[in-house]
Amino acid sequence: MVLDMRSGEGADIVLRGATVLDPVAGIEGAHDVVVRDGRIAELAAPGAGEAAGGEEIDAEGLHAFPAFFDPHVHLRTPGQEHKEDIETGTRAAAAGGFCGVLAMANTDPPVSTPADVEALREAAREQASVPVGFLATVTRGMEGGELTEMAALRDAGALGFSDDGLPVRSARVLRRALQYQQLCGGTIALHEEDPELSGAGVMHEGPVSAALGLTGIPSVSESTTIARDAALAAYEGARIHVQHLSAAESVEAVRAAKAAGVRISAEASPHHLCLTDEAVRSLDSRRFKMNPPLRAEADRQALIEGLRDGTIECVATDHAPHAAEEKEVPFEQAAMGVTGLETAFAALHTHLVLPGVLDLALVVERLAGGAEPFGLERPSLAPGSEANVALCDLGATWTVGEEGYESRSSNSWCAGEELTGRVQMTLAGGQVAYRLRSFSLGVAR
Amino acid sequence: MRHLLAVEGLSRSEIEAILDRAESFAEVGRRDIKKVPTLRGRTVVSLFYEASTRTSSSFELAAKRLSADLVSIKAGGSSVDKGESLKDTVATLSAYDPAAIVIRHPYAGAAQLVAEWSEAAVVNAGDGKHEHPSQALLDLYTLRRRLGSLEGKRIWIVGDVLHSRVARSNLVAFQAMGAAVTVCGPPTLIPRGIEALGCEVSHSLDRLGEADVVYALRLQKERMAESFLPSLREYATRFQIDTRRLAPRQLLMHPGPVNRGVELSGEAVDSPQSLISEQVASGLVVRMAILYELLAARERPAPVEGEGAQSPTPLGQPA
Repeated sequence: MVLDMRSGEGADIVLRGATVLDPVAGIEGAHDVVVRDGRIAELAAPGAGEAAGGEEIDAEGLHAFPAFFDPHVHLRTPGQEHKEDIETGTRAAAAGGFCGVLAMANTDPPVSTPADVEALREAAREQASVPVGFLATVTRGMEGGELTEMAALRDAGALGFSDDGLPVRSARVLRRALQYQQLCGGTIALHEEDPELSGAGVMHEGPVSAALGLTGIPSVSESTTIARDAALAAYEGARIHVQHLSAAESVEAVRAAKAAGVRISAEASPHHLCLTDEAVRSLDSRRFKMNPPLRAEADRQALIEGLRDGTIECVATDHAPHAAEEKEVPFEQAAMGVTGLETAFAALHTHLVLPGVLDLALVVERLAGGAEPFGLERPSLAPGSEANVALCDLGATWTVGEEGYESRSSNSWCAGEELTGRVQMTLAGGQVAYRLRSFSLGVAR
Repeated sequence: MRHLLAVEGLSRSEIEAILDRAESFAEVGRRDIKKVPTLRGRTVVSLFYEASTRTSSSFELAAKRLSADLVSIKAGGSSVDKGESLKDTVATLSAYDPAAIVIRHPYAGAAQLVAEWSEAAVVNAGDGKHEHPSQALLDLYTLRRRLGSLEGKRIWIVGDVLHSRVARSNLVAFQAMGAAVTVCGPPTLIPRGIEALGCEVSHSLDRLGEADVVYALRLQKERMAESFLPSLREYATRFQIDTRRLAPRQLLMHPGPVNRGVELSGEAVDSPQSLISEQVASGLVVRMAILYELLAARERPAPVEGEGAQSPTPLGQPA
């Protein structure tokens, strides 16, 4: 199963003297990263890499990481191109150092037929700056009733399945999908929420919702559904991935399921790792309204611990663009979701690495951890690998949104914030996918 | 004070300035011609996205008594019903160069948004389940006239706290003035985490005797359908304030409109301890005071933008 992107020249480039860090491949130190025809040809001693006529970049003082992989983005195509499309969404991904993204299927109409998947893959081959994989819905039209033609969807190239945006409400329907997975494969990614408990909620239920008079979404809305789905996956021997964990109880539910041998993986989003419901006091829906909601400090700490101990194997942005008019309304009426692709690394670096909460190596590892849960190869800097590199300046400070966004939408949860650490260049799928505009200054010789 | 968006964040001295101003307006109501020229030539927009009788009428009368020009817009029959966004409606109204916009809206934070989008002083006349600051101020005014200081007093807020913006504003306001507050109701109608606001929580009226003031909240009848309550009868049995539960020394308040026989017994409403009709009367003078404090002050050369500027001294007596 392959991802799709715009065809182009394989990169020939040398990153001179970069500080290379690939924790999984066990690479750490200053190297010339030599890329030939889109693959990592060698990691040479600084100054020793053969340029062989290709471009040379003075990367001294910059960090080269395996580029990141986001298993959870919304590209809004088809039907909501006023928010985002494949071109703008993958440009945002490239600007954030990502070499691959998985697009959710809750479009308008949802991605429920083989023809839908084929059309998207074709569009990605025209428009995508980084490789994209498409998930299809679990249920037809995301209506929760009948299964999609999962086998035919897999044949058409669907990377997996998700009704993300909505939970699979019926245990019976989910069980059937998990059984059917034996036939066709494809990880089933689950948005975990019990609508009976979340109801009309718009933020985390707790002291802040009490003070603001906003209807709360209790943490147990998420964790009880995870427990149910983990039990179903165990019973059927199926492979599930739980999306955007937000609550301490949820981390505990995943940890318990893993200990019991369930084939389950989990993701957490930068905004849940960096913020709490205290931010909602501003009633700024553009930055702070999303589902699942920002939760309490104890939840945030539990997510960080889950990331550290591997209960949560990957960071996923849940990049959810919305047009300005969908956010310029009172909090309760505003659309759920924030963008995150362009800021994921910088935000985690600023909020968690610089204060010493998490090691840089762990963050880099988890940012690339979203490929394996979907049966894809993890991006690597080991010689011979496809060139997927995020070249970052850890000292660069920038104000988010000041120069606009690559995304079509501006509902970044970091909007206006000064962050430290910035992606300077991204190689994705062997091609140069992104260069920070001012970065041409760094060309050597 | 540039806007009145919430009680949260108001200082005790800002609250007292409004209450003092309201005292001075009480005299105006006793005149034959109940009007002062303070806001002559200035426009007040009253923008109500929810049905309201007492709040809209008292704000509108307050504006008229201050001689402002009044534009009154109700959601029914206006462009609001035709799908116009709040932002566009505010832009349209801004063409009248209003000095103040008084807004009631079904969602939290609406008044705050209007304040961001408009040059006018914005008064929150109720935003969703969030705040209703003018109600809290008129309740403080009513209590101050009856009790003097609230320092050390105990106030119980009883009923559907979960769905009540009045409960939230009053909880903050009563505490700001030195009272100790207990919120009381069935667990389904008390928001989880409310004690973080500094109040006590009780699920029974057993200790109601300790209260100096009992503030009952309206119970919406549709709450049963959402399984917050098994029945009105069961609610009334446990939580209705009646003359048996209310001691003669205790004062009774309610923001109105009352469901007689549900949250309050008829006798309690009509009892001598009841301040309910005084609350309505206070509404007018307090809303005059709010408009005065926000607008009369703005005639002065604008102080330095931002929070640093002190709330301006009034331009002399309103008469």
